[in-house]
Amino acid sequence: MRICCIARTALGAIMLSLVICPTVFAATSIAELAQTIKSVGDQGRGNAAAQAAVQELSRLDSTNLEPLLRHFRGASPLAANWLRSAFEAIADRSIKTSGKLPGPQLEAFILERDQSPRARRLAYEWLIKVDPSVTQRLIPRMLSDPSPEFRRDAVQQLIGQGTQLLEDEDTAGATTAFQRALTGAVDDDQVKAIVKSLKKLGQTVDLQTHFGFLAQWQIIGPFDNRELKGFATAYAPESKIELEKTLVGQLGDVAWQLIRTDDDYGTVDIAKQVKNYKGSVMYLTTDFVSDTPRKLELRLGTPNAWKLWVNKRLLFARQEYHRGAALDQYRVPVTLQKGRNVILLKICQNEQTQDWAQRYQVQIRMCNASGSGVLSAGSKTQANDTKN
Amino acid sequence: MKLFLIVCVMITAGVISTQAADWKQFRGNEANGISRETSVPTALSGEKIAWIAELPGRGLSGPIVVDNKVIVTCSSGFRQDRLHAICIDEKSGEQLWERQFWATGRTMCHNKMCVATPTPASDGKRVFAFYSSNDVACLDLEGNLLWYRGLASDFPNASNSLGMASSPVVVGDVLIVQVESDAEAFTVGLNAQDGTTRWKIDRVQRANWTSPTLLTAADPEQTRVVLQSSEGIDVVHPKTGVVEWSYDQGASTIPSSTAADGILYVPSNGLTALTRPQEGKAAKVLWQSAKLSPATPSPLSYDGRVFTLNRAGVLTAAAADSGEVTWQLRLRGPYSSTPVIGAGHLFAFNEKGFAQIVNLQGSKGKVVSELDFAETILCTPAIANGALFVRSDGHLWKLGQ
Repeated sequence: MRICCIARTALGAIMLSLVICPTVFAATSIAELAQTIKSVGDQGRGNAAAQAAVQELSRLDSTNLEPLLRHFRGASPLAANWLRSAFEAIADRSIKTSGKLPGPQLEAFILERDQSPRARRLAYEWLIKVDPSVTQRLIPRMLSDPSPEFRRDAVQQLIGQGTQLLEDEDTAGATTAFQRALTGAVDDDQVKAIVKSLKKLGQTVDLQTHFGFLAQWQIIGPFDNRELKGFATAYAPESKIELEKTLVGQLGDVAWQLIRTDDDYGTVDIAKQVKNYKGSVMYLTTDFVSDTPRKLELRLGTPNAWKLWVNKRLLFARQEYHRGAALDQYRVPVTLQKGRNVILLKICQNEQTQDWAQRYQVQIRMCNASGSGVLSAGSKTQANDTKN
Repeated sequence: MKLFLIVCVMITAGVISTQAADWKQFRGNEANGISRETSVPTALSGEKIAWIAELPGRGLSGPIVVDNKVIVTCSSGFRQDRLHAICIDEKSGEQLWERQFWATGRTMCHNKMCVATPTPASDGKRVFAFYSSNDVACLDLEGNLLWYRGLASDFPNASNSLGMASSPVVVGDVLIVQVESDAEAFTVGLNAQDGTTRWKIDRVQRANWTSPTLLTAADPEQTRVVLQSSEGIDVVHPKTGVVEWSYDQGASTIPSSTAADGILYVPSNGLTALTRPQEGKAAKVLWQSAKLSPATPSPLSYDGRVFTLNRAGVLTAAAADSGEVTWQLRLRGPYSSTPVIGAGHLFAFNEKGFAQIVNLQGSKGKVVSELDFAETILCTPAIANGALFVRSDGHLWKLGQ
């Protein structure tokens, strides 16, 4: 009898807690479901469990949108897509049935800069479907936001303001607007637009500094890459960099020599500045000094095959020739140590004879995850280092 | 009992009719650009435009039509890293749903291409959206995500700085995806149920923009997948990836092969007709013709003839059993999109959006209708439910009922 009473009391307490604290129960469920999704891995690992989890998440109501967004933090790019699909399913249903979303909660979440940039942007893109006024409230504050897309919008607003001020012949105001826009601009189309306007206003921009291009190197070569065999051949610089040493190259003795580029976009043009050695390998090395250990990105663009080492660790290798080159063509995460970091680049030219296959060049920059240039400590300006 | 059987036949006929009305992947259900529809609009005019839907960003992928839903993919954003899968009601043109994803692989492409270049595929219940970034999203027909693979996460070097274009095919419960570039090249068979890898075969490391085609048979279990590369073609079993027979005399890396009646027409040395060897693994060459040299558009085979479009926009028809040219017709090129054939007519859209319809039912092809869409059109259109579907970057048109 006593046991029955206790059991009934316990059951009643549980039922009461579910009524009083449904959000606590739902939050626990969201955490478990999100964790299942965040466990997806390579080769489709975890997909079956994630499929069940995302279906369950997708059935929740819109009060769970903001809690769901919080779980984007720490999610891999794959997992973020799964979580996104659940968010969109809930948000889509909510708008179709009620025309509403939990605006204040989503807006507050967007303003939390330490949350996942993608989650914040996702919240914003859905929120503006029901409340377009959010744009004017939030975007002007986002010039230095960790989210590249928010920054882009903020930069675009300032470009618009600067353009209007220029038309109104307020040159001082226009200059201020464009200079402010430049502090947040990381996309080349916007940078070009700003630079063009600033030039009209008599202002010059140091693009190498802005983007963080590595413009000064020691270079050695050529080494043999005929029949593309040099890509896999580990020539001496790959085991040790000795700047004072002469090595045996493809065409005789070779020595390290200084090479600098004045190109605004930091392109080291080996074909023009050295020679277009067909079927060859060149090595380039430079130091990057960091005040602290940190994770950044090396972004490079080249039409040639390449390998990249930092502090003797091979970060990436790619054997593709003459399929085009672009700014930020490749993004390579790098963990820098405090102090000196040695960067070694191997650039390979093939033996194609077509006129479109003669470029032998590389452009490489150090930046943070949002694309802002980061300079080596002690270089001419540290302005970019303080940006997000 | 008799009434029951009649009802069963009617239901079955209705199902077959519905399934036949779908257009479920690049170049249609049999991946050959041919529709079995008999009522397709062959006189184009503004009045034939049933609806126009707006699309975001860019897209070269063709539309597919499944269960009265038109599905397209798009890519947007400064870096083209936003991937869209959009579903439009086939009858009304209203958007039913849109899902977005973030690209997990490289998004750099030639200006003419974009990340949404491969055409999606469907098995009738699921949609498989594939992008140049090597992202694969599987959704149900209501837009619910079933699974996601970022093949670039598993194979970081499998990318092409000019962009990737191969469209997937689905055979039974296997999605076959070609991912072939200079730096890394493979084809995978993914389980349609959950996206895990069923099989993977390494391929020649050379950029390749062709798509798999199908060698179909009366028994669906005998359907085979044709993989094309610069080396030639491999015919593989869809469930295992095992190569059953091959042709190694080289092939184009842009226009894809087509097949009809057990014969494969490969853009190789002009055009080469092949069939399965009776013994061994080397294909039997039936004929080759340097006069049939497809440019970007893939060849077609229909009604005992093969058709190719060359760089100059000349449509050439030849006998399918010999390769002998029977007629040529100058169309207004240039063309990126592969034409499609339905109701005895060929539908060609040039890059400037100028459409020409050629009646194939005479001794020589004849242009019977033209319409200028005045937008860049690079996709291969779809024919489904008595209508023609075509898209530009910004719009999707339905022409017909």
